[in-house]
Amino acid sequence: MADSLPPPALEVTGLRKTFGDFTAVDDVALTIAPGGSLAVVGESGSGKTTTARMIAGLEKPTAGTIRLNGRGRPGVNARTSERREFAREVQMVFQDPYASLDRHQKIGDCIAEVLTLHTDLRGPARAARTAELLEQVGLDERHAASLPRALSGGQRQRVAIARALAVQPRLLVLDEAVAALDVSVQAQILTLLQHIREQTSVAYLFITHDLGIVRHICDEIAVMRHGRVVESGAADTVLTDPQHPYTRKLLDSVPVPGWKPSRVLATADTVPSVPGTEASKGDAGNRP
Amino acid sequence: MNRPQPLLAIDELHVTLPFKGQPRTVIQRVDLTVPAGSAVGLVGESGSGKSMTARAVLRLLPGGARTGGKILFDGADVTTMSPAALRKLRIHDVAMIFQDPRAHINPVRTIGDFLTEALVTTRGVRPRAAEATVTALLREVGIADAARRLRQRPSELSGGLLQRVMIAAALAAEPRLLLADEPTTALDVTTQAEVMAIIDEARAERGLAMLFITHDLALAAAVCDRIAVMYAGSVVEELPADRLHDGARHPYTRALLASRPAPGSGGSLRAIPGRPLPAYETGPGCAFGTRCSQAQEVCGAERPLPRSGGGGTTACHFPVDPLVPQATTGAGDRSTTHG
Ligand SMILES: Nc1ncnc2c1ncn2[C@@H]1O[C@H](COP(=O)(O)OP(=O)(O)OP(=O)(O)O)[C@@H](O)[C@H]1O
Ligand SMILES: Nc1ncnc2c1ncn2[C@@H]1O[C@H](COP(=O)(O)OP(=O)(O)OP(=O)(O)O)[C@@H](O)[C@H]1O
Ligand SMILES: [Mg+2]
Ligand SMILES: [Mg+2]
Repeated sequence: MADSLPPPALEVTGLRKTFGDFTAVDDVALTIAPGGSLAVVGESGSGKTTTARMIAGLEKPTAGTIRLNGRGRPGVNARTSERREFAREVQMVFQDPYASLDRHQKIGDCIAEVLTLHTDLRGPARAARTAELLEQVGLDERHAASLPRALSGGQRQRVAIARALAVQPRLLVLDEAVAALDVSVQAQILTLLQHIREQTSVAYLFITHDLGIVRHICDEIAVMRHGRVVESGAADTVLTDPQHPYTRKLLDSVPVPGWKPSRVLATADTVPSVPGTEASKGDAGNRP
Repeated sequence: MNRPQPLLAIDELHVTLPFKGQPRTVIQRVDLTVPAGSAVGLVGESGSGKSMTARAVLRLLPGGARTGGKILFDGADVTTMSPAALRKLRIHDVAMIFQDPRAHINPVRTIGDFLTEALVTTRGVRPRAAEATVTALLREVGIADAARRLRQRPSELSGGLLQRVMIAAALAAEPRLLLADEPTTALDVTTQAEVMAIIDEARAERGLAMLFITHDLALAAAVCDRIAVMYAGSVVEELPADRLHDGARHPYTRALLASRPAPGSGGSLRAIPGRPLPAYETGPGCAFGTRCSQAQEVCGAERPLPRSGGGGTTACHFPVDPLVPQATTGAGDRSTTHG
């Protein structure tokens, strides 16, 4: 046994992405311990999905490094088996489930195909595992025989989750994966994810707008705004004692009984971007 | 009584879709009214038919769908409307924000074309004026660099940006009724507050009415006047929004509320035990019966009809009395299993 600590499941440093002269992700650093769970929250358009796509290998970083389990992504000259192995270690559930499913493929076939590609399961064993994966996310044979368009938004999202779990990745990137689900099904999926994490030590990068579920699924949290991480730390600490004014503004906007929607122009720079400075209470009326 | 007629009245809506040549029920029974200027929240089980209900109002159902019951918009029945009247309804009266914006915005056209097209072609607004209108609207929904966004294509926008483009498109049409299907799921809570405030203003200023589909019960309670709860193709409860949290009488509504503990309460998430049923699999009894902790024999045999009480209606043989403290409504509670 090595006495050195195992490498982090994910280690990102200096990550940048520009589209033309627009900087979508700006010097982002993130670390997730093996079997750990990090929530990424923040402003719409702040670069969360772009960060996730770079980590999953779907987008090329402009700068920065991404290491999974201590290893960098194999280059273009690496052997296919090595590249496939790496691809299998990180799976992503997308924000738009419809776009990520093949419109002409039945749900059951879609799961079976992934099993064929990444496992030795064949025939009845594969069929049984397909059924089991669908059942875990609350779907059954009737859904298995359907095409994506015959499913509701939430049902499609559950298919995407089952497909990602089929591969048994070391890191699962979930981009708004439960946003389309009713709260009871959400509870079921989040409990399942928690359970799988305990059993398999898979790590999660969990992008969400729902601050109410962060503490149920994540240990750590990173808050993004304008392409940067403005605050990060233990989820309990950040959510109960936020330091950055933007984090405070976010927490203040969570609907609770008696809450009324109010105009706090989200994109206007009414909050100072220096961490630790006092948020001015007069923000709300401060429109340019 | 001389009540003004509501802007939208859905009366015993029933929808079937063809499956292997046989009609299959996806909406069992939906009754809903949305008065002008008011907001009605539609919440409930994933797959229970919320999106189908909204689409039925615009007759945007999948091919082969058959509709029963009535959908009255301003007194005219949408289900039997002439093509010309239907076109007018879609262009001028009712706008929809779709649950999945990426599937409903043409990927190869620019955001600017998407937003201004309807204004220019159907309302005769000059292109320059239309561009000014939509630029202002994009700013309203928190998209500051509107000029750049108008030149981009959907693939260059984040999920939440695209969702706001769709909201802007819906509001640009100045409809009388907004069908908003999960309009803020891709938005951070601060932007969500902004967007909901804009919709609130349109309601106050021009009497915009809204059917608001959401999974966020706290949000629904905060922005709506009334809430309808759907389960397996039926509205099982309808009540004033401010009564949702402590006045719900249907065991499903109560279990749904119990699934998500109050933030910071430290309570754990609790899924409702058992499997949800699609509308076409429900038997003669109550669709929630097999998962309900208070079900009795009659619940498996007879479908409960909506009955009024407590300021709303509940389709349940044994509605809960909200004033009597309850043992938790079955959610995750093994001691109350039902056979
Ligand atoms: N094109 C279709 N063909 C056949 N069945 C369909 C089709 N679209 C939806 N369904 C079925 O109709 C039912 C209702 O779907 P709907 O999209 O209205 O659900 P929903 O309440 O909006 O759910 P969600 O919250 O997950 O979006 C679902 O069980 C779904 O499987
Ligand atoms: N292919 C692209 N070309 C140009 N700009 C892009 C592209 N992809 C993303 N962007 C821009 O990068 C920024 C970050 O987008 P991203 O999708 O990462 O945001 P996000 O934090 O996931 O937002 P949301 O919460 O709305 O999903 C946005 O301004 C977006 O318009
Ligand atoms: Mg995103
Ligand atoms: Mg839906």
